[in-house]
Amino acid sequence: MDAAVIRVEGLTKRYGDVVAVDAIDFEVKGGATAALLGANGAGKTTTLAMILGLLLPTAGTLSVLGQDMVRHRYRVLSRMNFSSPYIDLPRRLTVAENLTVYARLYGIGRTRPRVRQLCEELAITDFMDRTLGTLSAGQRSRVALAKALLNEPEILLLDEPTASLDPDVADWVRQYLLAYQARTGATILLASHNMAEVERMCTDVMIMRRGAIVDRGTPAELIQRHGRQTLEEVFLDIVRHDGGEGARAAQ
Amino acid sequence: MTAPARELISFRRIGAMVLRYVYLLRGSWPRIIELAYWPTVQMILWGFISQFFTTHSSWVAQAAGVLIAAVLLWDVLFRGQLGVSIPFLEEMWSRNLANLFISPLRPYELIVALLGMSFIRTLVGVVPAAFLAIALYQYSVFDLGLPLLSFFINLLVMGWSIGLVVSALILRYGLGAESLAWIAIFAIAPVSAIYYPVAVLPEWLQPVAWALPSAYVFEGMRAVMFEGVFRTDYLLRAVLLNIFYLGLGSAIFLYAFRVARREGLLLKMGE
Repeated sequence: MDAAVIRVEGLTKRYGDVVAVDAIDFEVKGGATAALLGANGAGKTTTLAMILGLLLPTAGTLSVLGQDMVRHRYRVLSRMNFSSPYIDLPRRLTVAENLTVYARLYGIGRTRPRVRQLCEELAITDFMDRTLGTLSAGQRSRVALAKALLNEPEILLLDEPTASLDPDVADWVRQYLLAYQARTGATILLASHNMAEVERMCTDVMIMRRGAIVDRGTPAELIQRHGRQTLEEVFLDIVRHDGGEGARAAQ
Repeated sequence: MTAPARELISFRRIGAMVLRYVYLLRGSWPRIIELAYWPTVQMILWGFISQFFTTHSSWVAQAAGVLIAAVLLWDVLFRGQLGVSIPFLEEMWSRNLANLFISPLRPYELIVALLGMSFIRTLVGVVPAAFLAIALYQYSVFDLGLPLLSFFINLLVMGWSIGLVVSALILRYGLGAESLAWIAIFAIAPVSAIYYPVAVLPEWLQPVAWALPSAYVFEGMRAVMFEGVFRTDYLLRAVLLNIFYLGLGSAIFLYAFRVARREGLLLKMGE
């Protein structure tokens, strides 16, 4: 699948005088794994929120799977999903209850087998009957990922997908996501601070600074262009060039 | 994997949200007891007051139980409002709104689910108190007969309207406004003519009372109890006002949702 499944043109978000996202343009092709990289306040999460339709853009156009996300988001929401450590699932519900509710919201036909299958795949069966509030941060992240995969999304948006996970579990999650993508041909767009993760998973990296995309390419292209050894060094180059403005804007 | 989500309203999604709140309620006995606690305490309190007034007030003596009926029906209104606002607050407390609204759930489907849950919570809260009133004071609110059903529905719907406006304000202004869920309704208590007729109010305040469905319900209740007459004119006015207020409440909630999308509030909600 080579056609663009996410198409963004002149996308802008302003809060009063503050420009959170500044007229960005990009496309993500079907089946790609793309990343938005940037310091805090660079505009990554704001961009993801607009793609999901949680946030209305101030200007620009945004289409997902050929649909205008401002006017027709409900035509595609069942074909995409999102996971972020910054939003929660209800902590007083058990894992199974949470997944059952979301399976029904996404219109999944046979709820129980699907929930069980995902719990087995993500190794969360042992605590299916425990409330979310009693789980560790790492366990909750896996449950959130299970929620995000319930509808077998064609587009998966991930904000810091391996934050709060042990290195071995994080590595397992990355492998799982890549296997999922290979099996389903899904498109993954993630926002991350983990450069090694981005370097390993992504074929298309967009670096954001102060609401704008300032560089883009494959990890290898970016490293070569900046004359550095790793993507992390490229990132630090760009962040330091920012002079800390991004972090101040985030505050 | 998923069914098409293009239908305008999905009872499956509404059912999923009701299930979510039932799971929450089912998982905590203290929550269920809490639902019935205040209506029961109020009923016991006003039951004793009624017993006292029955021997000291000719007005109350004409219809023993008028104060108990009033307090039970007031609790229908209050529980109806809380039944909408509290489940909505649960979404805010658990930072779950963003997850809900990236799913195919429409905001008006959430509204229907909140109203459905309010109905369940109100029944759980008020019915035990009503039965206890029979045991303790030999007064059955069910003796009101069919009019009781119309009073119940009208007060419940009015509670929904207020609950939606309160939820809209919480969505717009965040958890700093959450206390509104418990106090907002008491602003209309003095003009709802719960325990006294509208005529008791100063003349300039009476039009305010007559603009509320609750005033018609409580006047209608007293008409049944004192005169044995069911005032269909009161019922009609209460129904029309409720249709207007429920439409207004829903519109305000949907407007607040749009503002929340514009301001990025759905991602920021939480404790």
